[in-house]
Amino acid sequence: MNFWNITLSLLEGLEKTCMIFALTLVLALPLGLIISFGSMSKFKPLSYLVKTFVWIIRGVPLMLQVIILFYVPGFILGYPILSRFSSVVAAFVINYACYFSEIYRGGIESISKGQYEAGQVLGMTKTQVFFKIILMQVVKRILAPMANEVITLVKDTALARVIMIVEIIQAAQNFAGYGLMWPLFYTSVFYLAFVGILTLLFSYFEKKLDYYKS
Amino acid sequence: MSILEVKNIVKNFGKIQVLKGIDFSMEKGEVVAIIGSSGSGKTTLLRCINFLEEADKGQIFVNGQCIYDGESTEKRTPAQIREAQLNFGLVFQSFNLFPQYTALENVTLAPKLLAKERADYKENKKEILDEIEENAKALLARVGLEDRMGSYPCQLSGGQQQRVSIARALALNPKVLFFDEPTSALDPELTGEILRVIRDLANKDVTMVIVTHEIEFARNVADRIIFMADGVVLEDGTPEEVLDHPKNEKTQHFLSSLNH
Repeated sequence: MNFWNITLSLLEGLEKTCMIFALTLVLALPLGLIISFGSMSKFKPLSYLVKTFVWIIRGVPLMLQVIILFYVPGFILGYPILSRFSSVVAAFVINYACYFSEIYRGGIESISKGQYEAGQVLGMTKTQVFFKIILMQVVKRILAPMANEVITLVKDTALARVIMIVEIIQAAQNFAGYGLMWPLFYTSVFYLAFVGILTLLFSYFEKKLDYYKS
Repeated sequence: MSILEVKNIVKNFGKIQVLKGIDFSMEKGEVVAIIGSSGSGKTTLLRCINFLEEADKGQIFVNGQCIYDGESTEKRTPAQIREAQLNFGLVFQSFNLFPQYTALENVTLAPKLLAKERADYKENKKEILDEIEENAKALLARVGLEDRMGSYPCQLSGGQQQRVSIARALALNPKVLFFDEPTSALDPELTGEILRVIRDLANKDVTMVIVTHEIEFARNVADRIIFMADGVVLEDGTPEEVLDHPKNEKTQHFLSSLNH
């Protein structure tokens, strides 16, 4: 168990971490937009339903949601319907989509009514107004809070180990059984690098969108 | 036949009746100025005609064809509303330019989207888009912005932004162009450039309805002036009739209040 072997095992864990991270992001970003439309719906029963759902998902600890998704279907049906990995991803996607949806909602509602009206009197359809005029302004406004959420997501992936997924923290903890504590602290190097790259990426996007003020 | 005819438009906001039956009509090439104190319903009337609000009652005709009928029980589809909307252009008090697009892109965005619905779009895509681009450049030149086409709204002064928004409205060739207090959000020294552009359009026979507080400008540019108060039309006549010889006491009061 030399340094390189341990680094290699941690990298294997990091691979799981990255997979949970990437899948959650790819699926939760569009799902969050759909949920935000639901909570902004003029059809009251739908908006109340969606808001209640968001309240529950944001209210219950994510760790519990991971456990529930993996174990509860098994208890009820007698056999698990989701693999460990897919229940983690499902729980993360639902949870993060709800947080994203509130950020989207805040962004969308901050755009002035005049932008919609200008598009409307120019004969654009509602879809065109949203995708050609509103969305890009929303993206610019929500970039900073989104960066926060995405960075939190990197570290939340560690929750996956409650159902025995060997992500990077669990990979390091396995060495604690051999009396090695330092691999656990060593993981923070990987997290810092990961978050560092994301920070650079987000500031690049911010610069990209800096060419106009709204 | 009148290019625009508005009959008995009524609009309520909750229990408050903002428009109490507005009638007016105008001919092609005519310039009508609507004046009146704040809260008289001028802006609401413009918003009803442009379908940003739905009137509760009344009818709107364009070239004799009914484009809105408050009596009709049929719910109009979004496509029908869009089609009706395209008869008109509207210039807002607060410009409402799209901040992420350049002046030129602001003008070409809607025509380009609309062109996609043309049957021959796929075959003649390049010619169609080139034509839209050329037309937009000509319009921006017409409002004196030939050297600011690549600027973003945040790089333009208020007066320049408003001129872009006028070009944007003209790009769709509206039958009637509406202005909702086009200079109210501008510093006094910038209003002149907007008024010059509007006067130039009037000289080129663009049919326009201008809601304004600039009484002297209305006198100079408008063929007719409508005075509104409390949701009704109190005067409708030539600038001389309305401004110099008002019949109604409220008009006299409004005009004298402006001179103080």
